[in-house]
Amino acid sequence: MATLHLDNVQIHQGLQSLLSLDTAIAPGEIVTVMGPSGVGKSTLLAYIAGFLSPAFQASGQVRLDDTRLDTLPAEQRHLGLLFQDPLLFPHLDVEGNLAFGMRRGGERRERIRAALASVGLEAFARRDPATLSGGQKARVALLRVLLSAPRAILLDEPFSRLDAALRDEIRQWVFERVRDHHLPTLMVTHDEADARAVGGRILTLTKPDGSGNLYGREYGAPGS
Amino acid sequence: MTAALSYRLVIRTLPWLTIGLLSLPVLSGLAGALAPAFGWLPALGGEQLSLAPWRELARVPGLGEMLRLSLVSGLGSALISLAVVVLFLGSFLQSPVYRRLQGWLAPLLAVPHAAAAIGLAFLLAPSGWVMRIVSPWLTGLDYPPDFAFPGDDWGLALILGLVIKEVPFLLLMSLAALVQCRADERMMVARSLGYPPLTAFLKTVMPGLYPLLRLPVYAVIAFATSNVEVAMILGPTTPSTLAVAVVGWLHDPDLTTRFMASAGALLQLLVTLVALLGWWLVERLVVRLSRGWWQDGHRHCGERSLSLLARWAMRLVLGLMLLALAGLALWSVAGYWPFPQSLPWPPTLGNWQDAADGLLSPVTQSLAVALGATLLSLVLVLGSLEAETLRRRPLRPGAQLILYLPLLVPSVAFLFGLVMLQAQLGQQPGMLAVILGHAVFVLPYLFLSLAESYRRLDPRWAQQARSLGAGPWRVFMGVRLPMLLAPILTAAAVGFAVSIGQYLPTLLLGAGRVETVTTEAVSLASGGDRRLTAIHALLQLALPALGFVVALLLPRLLFRRRRGLLLSH
Repeated sequence: MATLHLDNVQIHQGLQSLLSLDTAIAPGEIVTVMGPSGVGKSTLLAYIAGFLSPAFQASGQVRLDDTRLDTLPAEQRHLGLLFQDPLLFPHLDVEGNLAFGMRRGGERRERIRAALASVGLEAFARRDPATLSGGQKARVALLRVLLSAPRAILLDEPFSRLDAALRDEIRQWVFERVRDHHLPTLMVTHDEADARAVGGRILTLTKPDGSGNLYGREYGAPGS
Repeated sequence: MTAALSYRLVIRTLPWLTIGLLSLPVLSGLAGALAPAFGWLPALGGEQLSLAPWRELARVPGLGEMLRLSLVSGLGSALISLAVVVLFLGSFLQSPVYRRLQGWLAPLLAVPHAAAAIGLAFLLAPSGWVMRIVSPWLTGLDYPPDFAFPGDDWGLALILGLVIKEVPFLLLMSLAALVQCRADERMMVARSLGYPPLTAFLKTVMPGLYPLLRLPVYAVIAFATSNVEVAMILGPTTPSTLAVAVVGWLHDPDLTTRFMASAGALLQLLVTLVALLGWWLVERLVVRLSRGWWQDGHRHCGERSLSLLARWAMRLVLGLMLLALAGLALWSVAGYWPFPQSLPWPPTLGNWQDAADGLLSPVTQSLAVALGATLLSLVLVLGSLEAETLRRRPLRPGAQLILYLPLLVPSVAFLFGLVMLQAQLGQQPGMLAVILGHAVFVLPYLFLSLAESYRRLDPRWAQQARSLGAGPWRVFMGVRLPMLLAPILTAAAVGFAVSIGQYLPTLLLGAGRVETVTTEAVSLASGGDRRLTAIHALLQLALPALGFVVALLLPRLLFRRRRGLLLSH
């Protein structure tokens, strides 16, 4: 598995610099980016994933080991993206959603069955995603990303829409899976509980000098 | 890589084809009318520029009356329709009446002009249904009275026929505009400051709403000053409106009349421009005069009587439309139906059986033209909307104007020029020309119906799909199209209905080789056979209705086990 590098990434909006970040995320490491809403956390993820709005300009490089990603179209970056909402395609059943991200050929159905069985959802393959519970949807959404064979994972406030009771359980489950797969993972969140649960490095986006500019500043894991 | 390239190529080309389809026929059509209007049309022996066609036009008896009729019926019907819509919205925007009405608008809009006009004529004629219902117990009449309707000299029947179609159109256009100008918030603020609903609406919503309704209102004026089929069925005949006269001249066996007819087509363009200009000037004046009124603090403007008026005007408009359509159904099953019986008894299917053989051809031709025009428009509209997602910004105001171009330029003027071009270039009129001609009118409605849903689809769906490795074609075909299937089919049904209702492009571009239920209904309407006319008018209703049923049921069938998809629309 490769390391995800963000080399001198700077995002501007016109003349105003929005954020800058320089870091590397090792396989199986989960790095958290924190900051209040509206400071450009989601813009950072959009840039890495290849969806930066034309209103912004970015410089720097995104690499997986030696493969440069920021010059590739989004669909060739193989970055698994998980949003706040599970975004299961409503016109496909559970199996269809999982198959959507997989490559053609190679016992797709068997792998889907095995993946569903691993989370106790083996009976749900032909179900309408709208009939699933919140926790089930979250699981299927992560399975879909993992089955698409990503080379890194981007989490965009992935637990904020879950019930408080479910949140801890799903959170632990997602982190375990990501680590099992040895995927470098970048999580954007405003919830400190997310950061504490990861226990890894935290980058905080703040306004350090009153100029309105935002910089990624590294801290160690809380309590370490 | 090649897939991404082909996607960009196709999606970037389609908006240009759309612009071409909307503007080229209009511009070349106007040019095609311009040359013969000044005597130049070599195919008919006109090889010298002259003003003779205009001199001939000026000598047409009753020309002044024609112009007056076109202007008065056009501006009058637009003014009445706008007033009814504005007063109704102002009085009932936040009431259940308004919500109940919304579901009726699209079907009402799908009623072809000709069918509504025929129904209205049969309803209000001296021997029509209304007279039969109130005779003889109320009127004391055993024979139909003697008054001119339809076809009264003032054009009142024509104005009424236009109003019952324009009110649903303006209401439907207001739905999106009201959301866009945040009408609810404006109303809430004004009402919390002590303004009753109608005054609150006129003083705070209207200034934001009208600019968004301006193009639809102009389209209404352009249509009302220049339409042919409603004026043929409901308008006076001695003389008729200018547009009807121009179409008559075009069909004059004496081919040299076409030079004068070309001048007439351009005069129609001028008449519509004058009407639009006049409206625009009044609009400026009203805005200037109301500035003070908006902020003078008066909380009332005759609310109660105006609201009452709006309620009854809306009931009248919708009631006339529904009664007119019900009347058509009665006439289609009427055997012997003497005045003043209110119902034809016993009803008979004989009329339908007699007509059946003759219906097959117009129905299949209607379907062929409508499906062709709808499919072509759908591809162009989907391409244009998809291109917006590529550029990540909606249409510029200029593009919006192009969308309205075929609705703002009188169709009789540019279609006439296209016929002249056909003649000059030796092009055969026929099915293909008719389909293209219909698409010019279908496309704007299809676009306006679909754009809102297409733009509202959460961009994260596409982002999720692409991050899972789907290329742009797969995102379009595998995610956007299926997720938007319901609104796409509804928009297609609207386009299909528009095509079924088209009269003039079929008549002019098909040169008699293409006969649809609409051209048949209009030509029958001038004859005396009410039963056969009613049958054709009902078919005009049935075909669009069929389209809407398919649009409603197909997604429910395909996605019957996909609750998330059906609930979101």
